[in-house]
Amino acid sequence: MRSSYRPDRPSLFLRIGAFAGLAFMHIPVLLIILYAFTTEDRTYQFPPPGLTLKWFSRAFERSDIWQSLTLSLGVAACATVMALILGTLAAFALARAKFPAKDSLTVLFALPIALPGIVTGIALLAAMKLGGIDPSFFTIVAGHATFCTVIVYNNVIARLRRLPSNWVEASMDLGADGTQTLRYVLLPQVATAFLAGGMLAFALSFDEVIVTVFTAGKERTLPIWFFNELFRPRDRPVTNVVAVIVIAVTLIPILLAYYFTRPDDEHETAR
Amino acid sequence: MNLRAASTFFYRRPYGYLALLLVPPLLWFGTVYLGSLFALLWQSFYRIDDFTAQIVREPTLETYKQLVTQPANVDIVVRTLTMAVAVTIACALIALPIATYMARYARGRMKAFFYVGVMLPMWTSYLVKVYAWRLLLAKEGIIAWVAGKLGLMSVLDALLAAPGIGGPSLSTSYLGMFIVFTYMWLPFMILPMAAALERVPGSLLQASADLGARPAQTFRNVVLPLAVPGIAAGSVFTFSLTLGDYVIPSVVGAPGYFIGMMVYTQQGTAGNIPLAAAFSVVPIVLISIYLAIAKRFGAFDAL
Repeated sequence: MRSSYRPDRPSLFLRIGAFAGLAFMHIPVLLIILYAFTTEDRTYQFPPPGLTLKWFSRAFERSDIWQSLTLSLGVAACATVMALILGTLAAFALARAKFPAKDSLTVLFALPIALPGIVTGIALLAAMKLGGIDPSFFTIVAGHATFCTVIVYNNVIARLRRLPSNWVEASMDLGADGTQTLRYVLLPQVATAFLAGGMLAFALSFDEVIVTVFTAGKERTLPIWFFNELFRPRDRPVTNVVAVIVIAVTLIPILLAYYFTRPDDEHETAR
Repeated sequence: MNLRAASTFFYRRPYGYLALLLVPPLLWFGTVYLGSLFALLWQSFYRIDDFTAQIVREPTLETYKQLVTQPANVDIVVRTLTMAVAVTIACALIALPIATYMARYARGRMKAFFYVGVMLPMWTSYLVKVYAWRLLLAKEGIIAWVAGKLGLMSVLDALLAAPGIGGPSLSTSYLGMFIVFTYMWLPFMILPMAAALERVPGSLLQASADLGARPAQTFRNVVLPLAVPGIAAGSVFTFSLTLGDYVIPSVVGAPGYFIGMMVYTQQGTAGNIPLAAAFSVVPIVLISIYLAIAKRFGAFDAL
């Protein structure tokens, strides 16, 4: 039996460091939300001289924003579907099997995240130039699907590895065949990780700019629209409003993903 | 063939089952991703003709020679590498108290609060965060305002006057860029560090306390060494992300170029794909070296 020993209470220094660090991470985002309502439209003056809602209605009238938003949602949807298929297949293949090339494959499926995005971007561009492929909706999706696959793969394989291996054996011993084991044992366990991976992949794709700049050509996803605005800020209030919209669109899938994969109490008891 | 027969067939032949699963993702990664990387590598052995500005399609080491012999290009690599190391160290220092608190002290609701609190800014739009820092760092922005209110304007001016890191305002200085990079990659350091600290068994801390160590000693001699794999794992992200970024150096503008910006400019306005390709090989090489070092510190066990 282990006593419920608690190492000393956190020192004041540690507590200040932790909460100040957390505040540091949130202040810029909160500030952007505040700026979307400021009446000042030329400078980044702080504090805002007054608050207004008029920039929202102005942003909603802009057809270029709507076009970019639709394109981004379309790309994210296609890339997520591809990533869910490819990532889940790869995770099921590599979760338990042992075969010679396994380590190299694990590295291969980590590469698009381990290497900087610009490498993926310029590599795709180089390939498109060599192959004479023009940038289009499909080249954007191809780039996004590559790193989104890694996100889904990571989520699903982490869940599969936590699954006790004797569950599958128990299911087979009880007379289930392979498809029944998949249907009644594996899939229900993996479902939430699959959904979480899909949510994160969608959020990542919707927000991606580093790779997209190289593969998009003349197409303008919402992040590319935003990226261009950063260099010639002629309509700052509208940019602020779009920032708030982007935060809202990505926040929902991320919170859902957290809800699906939130740490349960098992590591609490394991300690 | 019915499903049951098919599943039995594959259960008896695990390699056939594996092949069935692996073929689609491997086809995709093998052709689209690896194919592209090889195309990139291939182009870095081309060169651009100085007079016609056309790409000469015959293998040569000319472009790499240009990369390593021109002082301006070497400066870019050194500048980027210095920034990556500085950002990694800063992230580790700021992350340590947050990760320690959320992994070792926070319980229940407070723990969830911290995990969500770290995940939300991590997944908030990258560009929106960069944009937010533009507002924060601007000459008439919030940092200058706070400094003015606290009577610290002279400190800010002194920092900006410092050679090397300063500039006309925070938004056009290396100091400002360093702050933005540190902010952007901080969550990538916190999460692996917290994961490593979560795994430190409580009995070790108890033993340390029983043997007479003060909390600070326990932290330095027991907890910190066990957190090293987490720090190494986090540093892979902070290092790699800094090396390849081109948005932050172009938005928070300091005069000097960074590797990512160089790749972006060379392939775009300059039209020099071979030099852009050669430049993008630099982070690949640096990260390979870094991964080898991180592996010795157990980074991959902590991921």
